[in-house]
Amino acid sequence: MALTKEKTVNSVYHQVGLSKSQSRTVVETLFEIIKSTLEKGEDLLISGFGKFVVKEKAARRGRNPQTTEDLQLRARRVVVFKTSGVLRNKINGGS
Amino acid sequence: MNKSQLIEALARAEGLPLKKAEEVVNTVFGDMEKALIQGDRVEIRGFGSFKVKQYEGYTGRNPKTGEMIKVAPKKLPFFKVGKELKERVDVY
Repeated sequence: MALTKEKTVNSVYHQVGLSKSQSRTVVETLFEIIKSTLEKGEDLLISGFGKFVVKEKAARRGRNPQTTEDLQLRARRVVVFKTSGVLRNKINGGS
Repeated sequence: MNKSQLIEALARAEGLPLKKAEEVVNTVFGDMEKALIQGDRVEIRGFGSFKVKQYEGYTGRNPKTGEMIKVAPKKLPFFKVGKELKERVDVY
C-alpha cells in the first residue's frame, strides 16, 4: 500500500500530539516550504534520507522516437533525488 | 537548506515550538523511509512519488585502474517529480 499525505497526517496526529486539523495544516506547510525552497533553486538535504537537487539542463536537440522527427528541447530546470548512503543500505537489507 | 533549517522554517511558519516541528519533520520523513524499506510506494500529490527500483548486477570497470569489478544487484528509490513541483521549478 502506497504511503500518502493523508497517512503522514495520521502519523503526525498520533505521534506528535497535535489536533487532526493542525496535523493536516502542518504537513501541508511542510511540503509547501520544501516546494518553495526548490522553486528558488535551492537544494534540500535531509540527512539520513537523501538530497533533492535542482539541476539546470541545457537546451539540446532531441528526436521523437516514434516519428523520428528532430526537435529542439529547450533549457529546463528539474529536481533530482539522490538517496543517502544510510537509507540505501537500509533498503538493501544492511544496517 | 538542510533538515534543521527546514525544522526552523516550519516552526516559524506554524508558530510551533522547535521540538514539535522537529517531531513533525522526523515523523513525515520517517514514514517515507519505512515505506521505502518495505518496498512500498510513496505518493505525495503536488510534490512527487518514490518507488523502489531493482537494478541488475553487472560487471563494471574501475575507470582509474581498468580493473574489472562485479557490481552486485541493488535496490534504489526512484523519485518522480510531481506535476506542481515540476512546473514551479522549471522557471524557463
